[in-house]
This record gives sequence, C-alpha cells and structure tokens, in this order.
Amino acid sequence: MENSVSQPAPAVGGDERVRQLGWFKLLMNKPWFAAAAGSVLVFAVFAITAGSSGMFNLDGIMNWSQVAAYLGIISIGACLLMIAGEFDLSIGSMIGFSGMMVAIPPLYFGWPVWLSVIFAFVVSMAIGWLNGYLVIKTRLPSFIVTLAFLFILRGLTLALAVMFTNQTIVSGVGDIAIKDPLVSSLFHGVIGTGFFEWMAEKGWIATQDGGKPLVAGIPKVIAWWALLGVIASLILAKTRAGNWIFAVGGDANAAKNVGVPVKKVKIALFVFTAFCACLFATLQVCDIGSAAADRGMQKEFEATIAAVIGGTLLTGGYGSVVGSCFGALIFGVVQIGLGYTDVNSDWFRVFVGVMLLVAVIFNNYIRRRATESR
Amino acid sequence: MSASQYILELDNVSKIFGSVIALNGVTLRLREGEVHCLLGDNGAGKSTLIKTLAGVHKPTKGEYRVDGKPVLFDSPSQALDKGIATVYQDLALVPLMSVARNFFMGREPIVKRFGIFPVLDHQHMEVTARQKLGEMGIRIRDAEQPIGTMSGGEKQCLAIARAIHFGARVLILDEPTAALGVKQSFNVLKLIHKARERGISVIFITHNVHHAYPIGDSFTLLNRGQSMGTFTKDTITKDEVLDMMAGGAEMQKMMAELDGVHI
Ligand SMILES: Nc1ncnc2c1ncn2[C@@H]1O[C@H](COP(=O)(O)OP(=O)(O)OP(=O)(O)O)[C@@H](O)[C@H]1O
Ligand SMILES: [Mg+2]
Repeated sequence: MENSVSQPAPAVGGDERVRQLGWFKLLMNKPWFAAAAGSVLVFAVFAITAGSSGMFNLDGIMNWSQVAAYLGIISIGACLLMIAGEFDLSIGSMIGFSGMMVAIPPLYFGWPVWLSVIFAFVVSMAIGWLNGYLVIKTRLPSFIVTLAFLFILRGLTLALAVMFTNQTIVSGVGDIAIKDPLVSSLFHGVIGTGFFEWMAEKGWIATQDGGKPLVAGIPKVIAWWALLGVIASLILAKTRAGNWIFAVGGDANAAKNVGVPVKKVKIALFVFTAFCACLFATLQVCDIGSAAADRGMQKEFEATIAAVIGGTLLTGGYGSVVGSCFGALIFGVVQIGLGYTDVNSDWFRVFVGVMLLVAVIFNNYIRRRATESR
Repeated sequence: MSASQYILELDNVSKIFGSVIALNGVTLRLREGEVHCLLGDNGAGKSTLIKTLAGVHKPTKGEYRVDGKPVLFDSPSQALDKGIATVYQDLALVPLMSVARNFFMGREPIVKRFGIFPVLDHQHMEVTARQKLGEMGIRIRDAEQPIGTMSGGEKQCLAIARAIHFGARVLILDEPTAALGVKQSFNVLKLIHKARERGISVIFITHNVHHAYPIGDSFTLLNRGQSMGTFTKDTITKDEVLDMMAGGAEMQKMMAELDGVHI
C-alpha cells in the first residue's frame, strides 16, 4: 500500500542507466586523488634526480617529513575551515603570537612552562573564537576579518615582545621546556626510540660510532600530524559534525533551513584552526628552543595552498583532510628535495605558484562535473 | 471552540526586513488533518509566511502558536522536533553532497561504533533515502552521487521525500510541483492526499489551480503581505480560486458586491 504511488518498484538491484565506472574514474571522484597522484609524481622525480643524494635515507626522510608535518598540522585546520566556506589569513601571525605566549611567561614572569603552554592554547583559541564571531556577526567575508587579524596579531607579537623583553627573539625557553615533564613528553624530541634502537641493533638502519641509531626516533611533530590527520578525517567523513561542515560550506542557507547550526559550526572551526596554529607554535618553540616575532610568516598561504592542492575547493563544500595532508607532503618534499639537487632553491616559489594554479583549475573542473546536470 | 482545534496558528503576525514589510498582520489557522492552500501573487509573502512557520524567521510582531501554546523557534530544527517539516521553494539542498547526506542533513542518524564513538549510520541513510525516493517514483542510481547531477524534478522529489519522512504532523510545501513532470506532480498530489489520510496537516503553496482546488480543504489568499481571508472549499468555486490566484483584485470587487461570504 505504501508503494501504490510509484509505478516502478524502488530500485533494489541495478539500474539500466548506471554505467559501470572503471576504477580510474572512481578514483578520479575522490577529492584527494589528484594530490596523491601528484605526490607519487614528485617522489618519482626526486628519486630519479636526487635518488643517490641521501634524500631518501632515514635522516633525509625525517628531514622532509618534519617540514611536511609542520605544514600539515595547520593545513588540516585550514582545510576543514575552507570546506566550511571560510578562510583564516591570521594563521601565520597566530603562530608567531602563540610562540611568544609560550616563551615569554616562563622566562620573564617565572611561570612553569606547562602553564604558559595552556595559556597560549586558551588565548589563541579565544582569538580564533573572536575571528569566527566577528565573521558571523558582521557578515563580512572572513578573508577581510582575518586579514585584519593578520596585522593585529603580528603587530601585537612585535610590540609585546619588545615591551616585555626588549628583543624580538626570545631564546632560552627550550632548556626549561625539556625539564618540564608534561611539555617535554608531549612536544619535545622524538618517539619510538626503543624501536629505532632495536632496528639499529639488527643493523637495519644507519648507526653512529657507538652503535646508537643515527636517527633517534620519529619527531613528535610527525606523530601529532598523523594523529590530527586521522582524527580530523574520521570526523569529516564519518560523523554528524563532518556532515555539517560539508553542508555549511556547500550552501549555508540550505543548511540553516534544515536546522544545521551554521554559526556554531563555523565558529568551532575558527577555534580549531587557531588550535592548530598554537600546536605548530608550541612544537616549534620546543624544537628550536626559542620564539621569534617573525615566526610563521606566510604560513597562512602555505596552509591554504596545501589544502587547495589537496583538492579542497576555495569556494567551500568539498575537500578532504587526506588530500591536504598529501598537499603538505608535496610541499615538504619539494622544499627540502630541491636542496638535494643542483636546482637553485629559488625555484621553489615558482613551483608552488604553478602547482596552485594547476590545482585550482583542476578542482574547478571537478566541481563542475559534480554540480552540473548532464 | 477550543484553541487546540488548530495545530498551527499565526495570530496577527508581521515580518519586517529592514524597510520591507513582507508580512503585515497576517492571521492563519491550520486545522488538524486539513490541506490548506496558500495562494497569492509573486512577492505576496507566501514564502516568508511559511519560513516563519518553519522556524527560519521569527515574527517581528504577533504570536505563533503550536497546539495552542505560544512558541518562538530559534532554529528550524526546533520546528522539526515538533514534527513540522518544510519543502522550501529553493529546496534547501546542497549540490556537492550526496543524495543520502542531503536527505538526512541536520537530522543525521547515529550509531555507536565500538560502543562509544557516535558515527553516521551510512547504511540506514542510503537504504532509507533510496526507498523514500523510490516511493515517489524516482530511482536513484547511486546514493553516493552528488545531487548537483540530478535533474531539477529529481531534486524536488528528494526535498519532498525528505519532508514527508521527517514531517510527522505538519507538512509545509512551497511550490513543490513547480519543476515536476505530469506523473511526478500527480504523485505529489497523491502523497498530500495520503498524508491527510494519516492525519497529517498540510500547507500547500502553488500557482496551479488544477493542483490546488481538487486537494485543498481551505484556501488563504495573501496580497502584498496581507491576508485577504480564508475560505473553506464549500464556500468557494474553482473559478473564484483562480481569481484569487490572479492577485485577488477581481475577488475584492466581488466581495464588495456579495454579502454573506464567510471570511
Ligand atoms: N530575507 C529577506 N530580506 C529582505 N526582503 C525579503 C526577504 N525575504 C523576502 N523578502 C521580501 O518579501 C517579499 C515577499 O517575499 P516572498 O518570498 O515571501 O514572496 P512569495 O509570495 O513567496 O513570492 P513567489 O510566489 O514569487 O515565491 C518580497 O518583496 C521579498 O523581496
Ligand atoms: Mg515564494
């Protein structure tokens, strides 16, 4: 009786109008496919041109994956925000500002490092919230609002650093951070030392003179990147929040009309992006041992570009965390890889620009395929 | 008459957007289990009225009652919680998202993975979306395909199927047959009929008298943001409904001539 309305029975099996797509076509429909293919291509090129240079030795691999990991962390934030239809141009300035928040209080106010790290996360996420709140309230493009914060935060970083410390580079915090059990276990050094020592004993990896492995373990930044990447992609693909992120970026009005809390989703993602920037800064301060007022310069662009190379649409509504991780990987491999070749590293920027252009054109083509009736 | 006879009531409601008075003191009452047609020219305020009912807009003035109790919805999801579902004129679909994800947008079913992690019930989403669309005579090829690739009518059927699925008590349809073929339009009318049989109340906006008159129990005419009155079917003929749809100018003249028309 329920079915009396429809003449043809609901399709259970196949439909004569469905053509079996080849595996290549199916892959093409994945947002991360192009970036994955790009990564393979980049690896292939460097394997040929710099294969014997040590780039693919264990220490070489750690080298470029660390660069990719730093960028990957912020590109995950930028990617989710962009899928939700917004930008954050203040990521780079937030990195500089957060670094100072981590470094100055222990050195000048006598705070324990764990407290300054918590302080940095709280304040930066509050600024992220403010970013989002202003975008929602003023209905201005997030491009403009966060551009303002790009300048405000960079200016504050410089001004406050000079005010409290009389210098723009604050060093000496690294030694304190190592002694703080919480901070050093979360953000400093490497993980998996036991495993690497075991591999060195077996003679599988290169060792120093004393038999210790040349590479002590996996830098924690890489572990953070992996962890964040897995969590963010699961949230995006598998949860209600993920569905809301796509909906909000695809058509905010439609999402609102069916009861998606558009404002909350957007603000939460601004907060998450600020979290990512602060994580970047904390790891960097612990790694380098200092904070500087010019840290994170242009990182907002690099994070955005990595997300775009990873297949995320600039206009929102489409993209993937996995893709932006591949985008960051391409970045790291090329940036460091050029140093292993004879090519002048000035060409890096040219490469990035060309990559961006190709990715945007490709993404647009994919979007048109997906949204226009054929 | 007790107030609870009406499932939805708008009492003297106005909605003002900046300098635009979209609704001006409109009163509308929806009986339990009736099909109520909302008629009026383009820009008369029909969509604004139903968006107020759906929880998208809050009335600037006046009161909105559900089951006789005043409500002030903060979000359409609160209206949906009360079983009031809407098919918007622009359908409220996201072209880049899949059929299944659109169908459940904002009301996603959840299962607990490993007993703790709340994840989307993809299986249920796909099966339900496929089945509900099938009941409307639309066979979807792939529940994972982005709906941007569907035809206009298929999208409209998706929006209607979604509202019927979630509209346990009240179904609001803003020009649901605008893009539909003959067969699908007929299906929508049948669905409205079936909804009424199940005791669901329907608000139906259309510009097509052949769709409105056979199915409608009462008819409310909006003109430039104001209600020109509600007519039950036994007090009005098809031609008079047609006049009302043409803007009501003829109707007003006629009302002046005719006494005893119950408004
Ligand atoms: N969000 C808004 N901001 C400003 N003005 C609005 C808004 N929504 C509607 N209006 C105005 O209110 C009036 C009524 O619009 P509405 O969409 O309700 O008309 P309608 O009866 O649905 O017309 P149609 O038959 O063309 O769909 C129009 O003049 C419109 O411009
Ligand atoms: Mg309308």
